[in-house]
Amino acid sequence: MITVKGVQFSYGNQPKINIPDIELNRGDELLVLGKSGSGKTTFLNILAGLLAPQLGEILIDGVSLYKLKGHKLDEFRGSNIGIIFQKPHLLSPLTVAENIALPYFFAKKASANKVLFYLEELGILDKQHAPIQTLSEGEAQRVSIARALVNEPKIILADEPTASLDDENAELVVNLLKRQAKKLHASLIIVTHDHRIKNHIDRRIIINPSGL
Amino acid sequence: MNIFKLSWKYLMAKPLSTGLNILLLALGLSIITVLLLIEDQFENKMSRDAAGIDLVIGAKGSPLQLVLSSVYHIDFPTGNIPLDEAKAVSRNRLVKKAIPMGLGDNYEGFRIVGSNHEYLELYKVNFNTGKAWTKPFEVVLGSKVAMDKGFKVGDTFVGSHGIASASHEHDEHPYVVVGVLAPSYNVIDQLILTSIESIWYSHDDAYDPMELEQEVAKRGFPKTDESREVTTVLVAYRNPIAAIQLPRMVNARTSLQAASPSFEIARLYELLGIGISLIQGLALVITFIAGLGIFIALFNSLKERKYDLAIMRAIGAAKSQLFLLILLEGVILTFMGAVIGLFFGHLFIYILVITNEQGVISGLTPFVIVEKEWWVIAYALFVGILASILPAWNAYRTDIAGQLTR
Repeated sequence: MITVKGVQFSYGNQPKINIPDIELNRGDELLVLGKSGSGKTTFLNILAGLLAPQLGEILIDGVSLYKLKGHKLDEFRGSNIGIIFQKPHLLSPLTVAENIALPYFFAKKASANKVLFYLEELGILDKQHAPIQTLSEGEAQRVSIARALVNEPKIILADEPTASLDDENAELVVNLLKRQAKKLHASLIIVTHDHRIKNHIDRRIIINPSGL
Repeated sequence: MNIFKLSWKYLMAKPLSTGLNILLLALGLSIITVLLLIEDQFENKMSRDAAGIDLVIGAKGSPLQLVLSSVYHIDFPTGNIPLDEAKAVSRNRLVKKAIPMGLGDNYEGFRIVGSNHEYLELYKVNFNTGKAWTKPFEVVLGSKVAMDKGFKVGDTFVGSHGIASASHEHDEHPYVVVGVLAPSYNVIDQLILTSIESIWYSHDDAYDPMELEQEVAKRGFPKTDESREVTTVLVAYRNPIAAIQLPRMVNARTSLQAASPSFEIARLYELLGIGISLIQGLALVITFIAGLGIFIALFNSLKERKYDLAIMRAIGAAKSQLFLLILLEGVILTFMGAVIGLFFGHLFIYILVITNEQGVISGLTPFVIVEKEWWVIAYALFVGILASILPAWNAYRTDIAGQLTR
């Protein structure tokens, strides 16, 4: 279960970003909407344990995220939270399979079986040894999804996952995320301003900087 | 996947930059390696070659030249000395052993040394084939001479006057090989050894054929009624007092010159030391520049890789893992530089040896590892750690959220 309670954040003197209180069970889906610059990505970073809020608390299965310090927080994030970015941001010196195996390696687990499973699951098994530069945009995004899923996280966070994709690929990616989240019984939180996604997920919140 | 492989992958993603950094470091370290190898082997060789020789007595001139020509056979002799005077000095109560030598001839650059069997005993030689000389114009070959020239027992050759090849030949006096020595790994490997009588007769305009059938002196000075000369006398002291008294006595009271190999070689090192220090300094500067190059390369690559590092943190990498990742890149670069540098150093010595058939350089062993080479690797790793610690610290401090929102 994810609980977001009284979270506030601001960058220096900029307007405060108020995050609505949220309670999300395993398997729930949530759409986070907001205009460009409203603080959607900041909210996602806070949820991912990458950016500590000035106020409030985030509990994941009873664990207060920001009470974890140093490598404990890194370990927790690596094992429990899968993040998908707007752009795939794959590491170019590594092959497809090596990119997917990275979270497994950082979490100090042996990877071969899970990597192959997700390569197959996402339809990119034939690309496992391919250099990143040879992938299409859609393929690259699927690799980044596989990378987020390989540790079988409790929460999947996706930051504008369809922003750079055409309609067909955008539909494909959203359905893929929903399907995989269901399989893992993970909570899925998608941050977007893409109207194409709005009909796929019922539960939604809107982020607004205070005063706007 | 492991952290080493990840570092390696990042290095290999920029082969030109990685290759150039390794090469620059390897060049600096190869110079240090060459100096270490030469220093170590020269010291060993110099002390091996001079073992058992406390003093060299010869004609007046440069004492260093006298030692180099008589003990190490790498310079021109200072001249000859009267046999009677040499004998007189050798009878001094402070002299335990005196080995006379006649120098000045060669065969295709290999020096012909006239002496007695005590010279063979001095270097504790073993024979591969044959035996020591007993008559004039019989020779024993050092192992390198025999190998290079392909001579065996029973073969003959004609010596030349002078110590360089292509000199005037003593074609009326061919030498006969009666023995070939096993390798001794000292100067004797490169010498052609015979009796002093052989040297005398080869320079005589006329000689009595009967003399060639007589046995030569196996110990001490040859017996002769004629006025003859030798080039040098190698002396072993009877007691420590001799080290103080004998050289002073010879230099002050005779027309001869006495020179101590240990003193002269120490002086030689002192003279060469400035040059060696300069080259060492140059090598250290090159290594420092290489370290700086690695620092710049890592620092610049870090700018390009900030997003990669942030992604790694976001997918679960600990700060310490990123620190280690960058540190390892510096260490891998310098370790490879060290290994290639050591190889280049040994290869350079090998090329020196095969292009110099004779002389001190030819006596070097290219593919032997000296203990100090481990320090070269340690030094390289130190440079690697030093060059990568700041970039690694920057990686450690990567602002994940800041990078991801950019």
